[in-house]
Amino acid sequence: MNLPLSAQLIHLLAAVLLLLSFAMLAQRRVLSLVNLFALQGAVLVASTTIVAHSSGQHHLYYSAGLTLLLKVLLLPAILHRLIRRLEVRWDTETLVNIPTTLLIGLAVVIFSFGLAQPISQFAETITRSTLGIAIAMVLLAFLMMIMRRKAVSQVIGFLSMENGLFFAATSATYGMPMVVELGIALDVLVGVFILGIFFFQIREQFESLDLHHLESLKED
Amino acid sequence: MNSVAILTQALEVVAAIALAPMLTGWVNQCRAWLSNRRAPPLLQPYRALRKLLHKDVVLAENASPLFRAVPYILFGAMATAAAIIPSLSTDLPFGTAADAIALVGLFATARVFIALAAMDVGTAFGSLGARREMMIGFLAEPALLMVVFTASLICGSTALPTIAETLVGRSLAIYPSLAFAAVAFVMVALAENARIPIDNPTTHLELTMIHEAMVLEYSGRHLALIEWASALKLFNYACIGIALFGPWGLSGSTAEATSPMLALGLALPVLGLKLMLLGAGLALMETLSAKLRLFRAPEYLAMAFLLGVLGLLVHLLLWGGAQ
Amino acid sequence: MELLIVLGLPLAGAALLALYGARGWATELNVGISLATLLAAAALTARVIAEGPMLALDEQFFVDPFNVFLVALTALVGFTTALFSRPYMRIEQDHGRLNPLRLRLYHSMYQLFMFTMLLALLTNNLGLLWVAMEAATLSTVLLVSLYRTPASLEAAWKYFILCGVGIAQALFGTILLYFAAERVLGSEGMTALLWTHLDAVKGQLEPTVLIIAFVFLLVGYGTKVGLAPLHNWLPDAHAEGPTPVSAVLSGLLLNVALYAVVRCKVLVEGSIRSELPGRMLMVFGLLSVIVAAFLLWRQRDIKRLFGYSSIEHMGIITFAFGMGGAVANFAALLHMTVHSLTKSAIFFAVGHATQKAGTQVIDDIRGLLSLSPAIGWSLMLGGLAILGMPPFGVFASEFLILTTAMRDHPWATPILLLGLAVAFAAIFRKVQPMVFGDPSVNPLPHRPALVPVFVHLGLVLMLGLYIPPFLANWYRLAAALIG
Repeated sequence: MNLPLSAQLIHLLAAVLLLLSFAMLAQRRVLSLVNLFALQGAVLVASTTIVAHSSGQHHLYYSAGLTLLLKVLLLPAILHRLIRRLEVRWDTETLVNIPTTLLIGLAVVIFSFGLAQPISQFAETITRSTLGIAIAMVLLAFLMMIMRRKAVSQVIGFLSMENGLFFAATSATYGMPMVVELGIALDVLVGVFILGIFFFQIREQFESLDLHHLESLKED
Repeated sequence: MNSVAILTQALEVVAAIALAPMLTGWVNQCRAWLSNRRAPPLLQPYRALRKLLHKDVVLAENASPLFRAVPYILFGAMATAAAIIPSLSTDLPFGTAADAIALVGLFATARVFIALAAMDVGTAFGSLGARREMMIGFLAEPALLMVVFTASLICGSTALPTIAETLVGRSLAIYPSLAFAAVAFVMVALAENARIPIDNPTTHLELTMIHEAMVLEYSGRHLALIEWASALKLFNYACIGIALFGPWGLSGSTAEATSPMLALGLALPVLGLKLMLLGAGLALMETLSAKLRLFRAPEYLAMAFLLGVLGLLVHLLLWGGAQ
Repeated sequence: MELLIVLGLPLAGAALLALYGARGWATELNVGISLATLLAAAALTARVIAEGPMLALDEQFFVDPFNVFLVALTALVGFTTALFSRPYMRIEQDHGRLNPLRLRLYHSMYQLFMFTMLLALLTNNLGLLWVAMEAATLSTVLLVSLYRTPASLEAAWKYFILCGVGIAQALFGTILLYFAAERVLGSEGMTALLWTHLDAVKGQLEPTVLIIAFVFLLVGYGTKVGLAPLHNWLPDAHAEGPTPVSAVLSGLLLNVALYAVVRCKVLVEGSIRSELPGRMLMVFGLLSVIVAAFLLWRQRDIKRLFGYSSIEHMGIITFAFGMGGAVANFAALLHMTVHSLTKSAIFFAVGHATQKAGTQVIDDIRGLLSLSPAIGWSLMLGGLAILGMPPFGVFASEFLILTTAMRDHPWATPILLLGLAVAFAAIFRKVQPMVFGDPSVNPLPHRPALVPVFVHLGLVLMLGLYIPPFLANWYRLAAALIG
């Protein structure tokens, strides 16, 4: 039952990605959250490159490059700048305490593994068993968005969800067609810019980036 | 079961009992070097033990027989554990008698007894320490079990010698699940042995100590036995770690055919080397990290548990899918 | 060729308006571009009617009766909304709620939004469809927060996060779809995401994967449709954004999102050969109708009220598509058309009414009729039309849907009727005193644009009384396509 080395490496990286998702879930400091996000992007680049190499799908090299540029360099840089300018470095409040969140996260992982089981049966790619981890990453990021109050951490959750989706695309299908990937990358980039504008607007109005100010429209 | 196996078994227990204080001494030495202090000699723990053994025992007036029996129970439990753990050879007659789950149970028994003894005399510190010890123990045990389960799933057995043997026999492969388990194991081991993020073995500060608070009432040979048992516990954990995550160099039953004595003779220095590395690593970790507040300890152990479960899940997913 | 013009015009317009959008004539330019887009869309429609479905640009784009009908509708409402926003935005500027810079943002984003919607409708590539839907979200987020009030920021944030999360689920669904398709079509030549190719081989796609993919797609695009329980963003975004934006959100974006759901449903149903996807649509649709109908009672803000009404109508349309079959699909398409026209007309009227009153609170707007009969009547008529009073078109489509439901799924009819009745009572009770009653409103500095309102309502009235044969034929073709 020994797999080829590339598959083993991808499994290792998949496990690391999952670990990073949990680390983000447990992280209290916004700045470390950004660093973890960048690290996640870097692992994603590594795994994409390995998939590209072992499967001979050359367009995956481009998408790895795109990820490197966007998610490892550009977005963390933008987020760092934002955090510096907005001075939101201190600890983030969570709605539920962290050990409980982590335990919920475990349940989420079990659920997503169950979900992935029927799908990955049909996969022929060498990386098929990582699909469950990809789903888990998406759902954990979702969990993080629910649990966090600060706008910046919600956005990082959103981006991390995107990472999970990207990983799902490479692990299940060797990546989407290039046109689509370019489009997705563009959307993400524009989204972050818009959010950047947003942060300033929110701060201008509320003098804080804490989202509990944004709860007046709740009535129904 | 042959005479060689029995000899190996005896040698292993004796080696564990004899070497355990040296491991503690080595860790202390490394810590002293790392913090730029003059190091105590390597054999300092032996001297301390000898000094304690020569002293008289002072007992509290209301101490029950249990209080006097516990040091022996503790020492006995740790020595038995050392017999189960494959530190030198995987061909152990005792190894088949109890598997890793029983081992966890053995550690738990020792913990229960020392907590009982701590409460026996009725001092405030004793009960405080016992309460904290039980809290940490009940959080650490599930995590330890998860680590063991992960390794057992990979190797298809819960017996430590078999696990070690399977891992040695298999061609080199990357097990992400084992990596998770290893991190979890280190975290649990630190907590269980009263090392730094949870407890500080060198402090006697009332508000933070756990292990030291429980043994405050002991003196003389009782204290010597307890200290020795703690050293043995650290040694045991180190050997479990080696058996689960780096068993190469053990003398196994396969080596029997050629020359069991030679293999055993080779295994001893290998073990010494590994322990030296582990001890240095432990000292480094302790120097670099700060002690957590007691209220953060559950979070720390929850993290260890989480890692253990993740290791298990990752294994089930990645390998379940690959079959 | 017409196709490229339809797509190119709004894109070029967005670029142009990004440069000159602050000038005085920018509003006219906006109207002009929208008119040109409408003409191009009409030409495209004529050609599709004459020549049948077509593919363009390496099969990346395609036109069939289903999407060309929505393209025409989108271009039409886009044009009338541009017409409406001309005086509306001037009044807003006079009231000091906007400055030229924000006006430039508004104009540019408006055209970009039109472009993304047309792209979503015309593309053959399901991946591009996703990209276009996400881009549509992004371009409207800044429109919703145009006024920069705390409430509008909150609405925009909610809109962004909820739709962003939703659309991420849709991306996952798309990935799974691609995953299933790749096994049949292969990854070479990039055909595995093209809808026409997928449609051709839908019987061979792996059912297990497709049903999971559909759940994700339904949740994802369903968030954008505003289906309960994922509707939270919709009333806020409608209430806090500028009124022209509310009009296009309700009248167009929801349709386009539903279009995406229906396209996916066709594939999935072809693959798994059961009615499960249809049933899921029906359940979500009914749930939305009921939830929205009861929440209508609690609304105090006029734009929120009609936002919830949009949820209700989207629920009805989703339900109809879920039932499937020639008649139900026909009715759903008809309802899509009349709802778009009526709801945007209502928002036009509401926009001017709130400008007159200086508030969006229903209780503070009274007696529109006595001071401004035109606005009063348009609001009243629009209200009656959306409530499904005969002889308006909404009545015709709702009647068709109800009778089909009675025949095929009798259990759903009482629920649907209950929802409609509750919604009727709620809206009527709230709109009636706004129109009649003692006046509390002020005159406007600019003449309101009521031509679009009456054009829309006239069309709806026409559709209620008489559907031109070419239109009926066209609906039938589209309905057959959906299956």
